[in-house]
Amino acid sequence: MLEVKNLKLYYKTLKGYVKAVDDVSFTVEDGELLGLAGESGCGKSTLGNGIVLLKPPMYYMGGEVYLDKQKLPIEDYEKMRNFRFTKVSIIPQYAMDALNPTRKIGKYIQEVLLSKGIEPESVINDLMERLTMVNLPERVLNMYPIELSGGMKQRMVMVISTLLNPSLLIADEITSALDVSSQKAVCLMIKDFKDAGIVKSLIFVTHDLSVLYQIADRIMIMYAGKIAEIGTTKQLIENPVHPYTRMLLNSLPEVGIRYTERLLKGIPGQPPQLLNPPTGCRFKDRCPFRGSECDEEPPLVKVEEHHVAYCWKVKANA
Amino acid sequence: MLEVKNLTKAYSVGPFGREKFYAVDNVTFEVGDNEIVSLIGESGSGKTTIGKMILRLTKPSSGKIFFNELDITTIKDIKEYYRHVQGVFQDPFSSYNPIFKIDRVFEMVREEFYPDKNQQSWRQEVARAIEDIGLNPPEILGKFPHQLSGGQLQRLLIARALLIKTKFLVADEIISMLDASTRIDVLNVLIKLKEKGLSVLFITHDLSLGYYTSDKTVILYRGSIMEYGDTVKVFKNTQHPYTKMLLTSVPTVQQKWEKSNISLHGRETPKGYCKFYDRCPFGDEKCKNVELVEVEENHKVACIKV
Repeated sequence: MLEVKNLKLYYKTLKGYVKAVDDVSFTVEDGELLGLAGESGCGKSTLGNGIVLLKPPMYYMGGEVYLDKQKLPIEDYEKMRNFRFTKVSIIPQYAMDALNPTRKIGKYIQEVLLSKGIEPESVINDLMERLTMVNLPERVLNMYPIELSGGMKQRMVMVISTLLNPSLLIADEITSALDVSSQKAVCLMIKDFKDAGIVKSLIFVTHDLSVLYQIADRIMIMYAGKIAEIGTTKQLIENPVHPYTRMLLNSLPEVGIRYTERLLKGIPGQPPQLLNPPTGCRFKDRCPFRGSECDEEPPLVKVEEHHVAYCWKVKANA
Repeated sequence: MLEVKNLTKAYSVGPFGREKFYAVDNVTFEVGDNEIVSLIGESGSGKTTIGKMILRLTKPSSGKIFFNELDITTIKDIKEYYRHVQGVFQDPFSSYNPIFKIDRVFEMVREEFYPDKNQQSWRQEVARAIEDIGLNPPEILGKFPHQLSGGQLQRLLIARALLIKTKFLVADEIISMLDASTRIDVLNVLIKLKEKGLSVLFITHDLSLGYYTSDKTVILYRGSIMEYGDTVKVFKNTQHPYTKMLLTSVPTVQQKWEKSNISLHGRETPKGYCKFYDRCPFGDEKCKNVELVEVEENHKVACIKV
């Protein structure tokens, strides 16, 4: 189980700090897949990377992260070594390019394990079993990364990242470079990994809400470094309450919708600069419901059990 | 407007280049006046190669492309061709020089194509083109590329093509790098311009975007057309197993995926067999010499089982 409390991660620039993740609190239960969605620049990747691999120019500015009741020293790059790969693991955005091009994949896996002080023989059974789970033949271990397709590399990295059964896996935009058929396969496989108990908690970062609808248990929407809304997948897709979530869902094209039948609308404007973000609600400049109270920090409104939103205009459903 | 006939692009591979790899294999389709045709396929299906050949960035190995009944390879004055046919590409951020203001892109159009127009009237034309794509000229002109969003940059590239009074636009994955909240605006601009007389070849891997915008759809697999026709017919009365597989893989917020085994890599495809034989669940020894056959009006399918 992962608990994040008031986490702040800023980027240091010459002009000051960019508040990429600003006071974010949430939890991920055991056996749960939390989908994290938002536009580019909303801080979703920063949040994922910050929990695993915090290094300059990203800086820790406050807050706590607990994994299985144990505090993670995310601000200390060296101390985090004891947790990385064994307890927390990440599949980065361009995981396909993460494999060493000069090593055969089997050799590369050995080197990674040895660098953590683990005998490669001790996990060989797990490795073989998981290769079959992701539908890869054993011979890929004797191949160089260049010999695999994008989808195959992505699945290979998935196997490597989860080889030591981490408690928490963060998957950062792992399907955005894949074709629809590979995307479906990878998504279902990662869900299998969670269901088989190989990883306990999963954060699936993506910009595509329709992918999350397929696999996530709960969805968290971020906007400009803050959480906009969290709810179960059903609550969030069927009954979104935050204006941003609503507008985002309304802009989703789908097979079955043509411009002649329903002209979709984008969200006018663009996200604020996070160097000097506006006070109060960060979505207010693009929000059609903006009122005077929106200049103050929006409150956390509990709509239903498990369903919360940070917005002045949302009424509790009590 | 534009006709593609038996277009083929082969690359030599293997030792001494003795074998041929067909990136585009005998593709025939047409884009009419005021029409958006979407070219849908996975990576490696040859969709970008077709776009490049239309833009004369690579030469076809065989086959012809006709623009208004004129074979494009016979057009000597390439600048004259580019007056009518323009492209917009995937990455709006790298299409601009970050050192210069946005205005320079438009100024270069004037220098290249309209050297005798005076500044005054040109500025008005630029402003009108920017308004046409749904943006406010004072908010755009004088800015640097990094001050604008990807969706705005992409629309400005379309505006640039419009200033040349382009009649045909090759839009190659123009929205795949944009955010959900802005991508729809770009599509709506394309649709609006189509209604004013522009023809577009809309290259994408996203079926839902293709369905939303296009009048006709071409489904490509490994360089060959699998299904081709009226968009609504292709999507509503899908015939080809490949198109069906793609449609069941598209994530939506209406329906959850069924658990199914997707074949990602299959058997070898023997020579002369249907391209999709390697992954097709129905493939057998009959799947040879497949041709596009009309199953209903404006709807063709290349499958022996249909």
